[in-house]
Amino acid sequence: MTDTENKEFIFTEGELQEIKMHVAKYPEARSAVMPALWIAQNKFGWLSDQAIQLVADTLGLSFAHVYGVASFYTMYFKKPMGKYLLEVCTCFSCGECGGKEILQYAKKAIQADEQGVSPDKLFWVREAECLGACDTAPVMQFNNGHYVHALTEEKIDRLIEEVKSGKLPQYERIPLNNQSLIG
Amino acid sequence: MENWQSYQKVILPDVPDYHKIEVYTQHGGYETIRKILTSGEYTPKSVIDQVKAANIRGRGGAGFNAGLKWSFMPPKQPGVPRYLACNGDESEPGTIKDRRIFEYNPHLFIEGILIACYAMEMDAAYIYIRGEYIDWIHMMQKAVDDAYAKGMIGKNIMGSGFSTEIYVHTGAGAYICGEETSLMESLEGKRAYPRSKPPFPAQAGLWGKPTTINNIETLACATLVMKHGAEWFANIGAKTHPGPVLYGISGHVIRPGVYEYPTGMLISDLIYKVAGGIRNGKKLKAVVPGGSSVPVLTAEMIDGITMDADSLRTVGTYMGTAGMCILDEDTDMVKFLRRIAHFYHHESCGQCTPCREGTGWMEKLIARIDDGQGEMKDLDLLLDLCDNMEGRTVCALADAAAWPVRNTINRFRSEFEKKIVRNSVYATV
Repeated sequence: MTDTENKEFIFTEGELQEIKMHVAKYPEARSAVMPALWIAQNKFGWLSDQAIQLVADTLGLSFAHVYGVASFYTMYFKKPMGKYLLEVCTCFSCGECGGKEILQYAKKAIQADEQGVSPDKLFWVREAECLGACDTAPVMQFNNGHYVHALTEEKIDRLIEEVKSGKLPQYERIPLNNQSLIG
Repeated sequence: MENWQSYQKVILPDVPDYHKIEVYTQHGGYETIRKILTSGEYTPKSVIDQVKAANIRGRGGAGFNAGLKWSFMPPKQPGVPRYLACNGDESEPGTIKDRRIFEYNPHLFIEGILIACYAMEMDAAYIYIRGEYIDWIHMMQKAVDDAYAKGMIGKNIMGSGFSTEIYVHTGAGAYICGEETSLMESLEGKRAYPRSKPPFPAQAGLWGKPTTINNIETLACATLVMKHGAEWFANIGAKTHPGPVLYGISGHVIRPGVYEYPTGMLISDLIYKVAGGIRNGKKLKAVVPGGSSVPVLTAEMIDGITMDADSLRTVGTYMGTAGMCILDEDTDMVKFLRRIAHFYHHESCGQCTPCREGTGWMEKLIARIDDGQGEMKDLDLLLDLCDNMEGRTVCALADAAAWPVRNTINRFRSEFEKKIVRNSVYATV
């Protein structure tokens, strides 16, 4: 996650416009709290108390309400962890198709501490609940973004190397009947 | 289903670039809503009647007649807005179908939204998509933007005087948001705690206004019904549970994937003919036919059973989301159940005590058995726990958590007993 120290907690004019656009979609401004939290998290890397306060002030809500929402949903980060999150699914089909082993492998590969974070704080590994891609099990979500399908240990190694050299995973289109991925 | 091999796909047709609005319209897309809005042959009521007659059983899991649900909306009051909520939370483990609609045929779904909004006189529709699907949220937003640009959504659509707005809303990782009232709380910008019913959403839903909530695939089916007729739809697949359906097949099969076929397919055909059979020449052990919460079937139980509500009921399970997990002979059913219990424990919203505490105890007890520390009485304790959760909470998450526990223990009891006996005092006396 981005270091938030020495950062001013304000939204830019562009970000405020974007939030305004979301507010306009709903009959009440409060409904824009989730999109606004997304904008704050993408900007600051995680949702500190200051970031939550900023969202609350922008939408005219109490800190308690916004904190309550932020803490309810698992994709909002309430603590700064690693910069890149590898979220490996071990649920249901993924768990039965090697996901549990891949999760352990990924933790070892980044030398994760008890929190799942690598020593250089570049990577953070955690277990995902069902990601809705059971047909390409086991799957992983990279940093709340693209999915990486049909995981293997080699894929994890390659991904870690590539991310270190600045090459992030790309969107991978899965054909309708994904025979191409299955040996 | 005898002629399933020659079935022509209609939800996810094999047309390149069908997700693009130009290609969709070239193939007759948006002509169905045009016919409804501009031919003068339809009224909101006649559309609801046609959808009702088609008997689209909701594809989100409950299997309720979608047209009947639409008919629950109260008469339109001037000045009172009404909303459609489209449930694309797709969080039930094993469920992988709506994502394919977002990617491969979003306009069929958007056309279904417009039909629903016309039929129920809605002012706006909200498409709620789980936050993990960020790539598909962008695809869906692009499809909505394209439809706006062509005048298919917005004010005075196709000069008919009918107006409706469509918005995409991004979730942030919470299984409970797939529960209809919880999804509404989330859309209202709150913690997603399910609401007590009544009042039902048709009376007081989003922002206290009349609301209907439908699954993505259900709305896509509504377009097909209005395009080809109720009779056409009702004659596809199983008589009491008709229509095309997206089967999401995962687990230990050779070709996992999302397959569109009529309802009423033999489970054995889906496993062995459609998905290529069990991997590595193994034998089948179990099938979860409709997402993690529906009761599991043993290999013996699937004999002659088809994927529709009536047939599945005879073996005590449900169609759910048609997200099928196929498990081979090497599967440790205790470990499998342990991971499911962990899921429900993690995803319980914490509002009702029987669920918040019960899901935790379930996970602990199953983990204890799996770790070789269990006792025989733990099995009865687990079943007792199920009794104390089912039907005792605001929403059905507690039921969804209890069903797999109850049924996996009942149907694979010897596997649980083996883990207990092998590791307990019983083994030494």
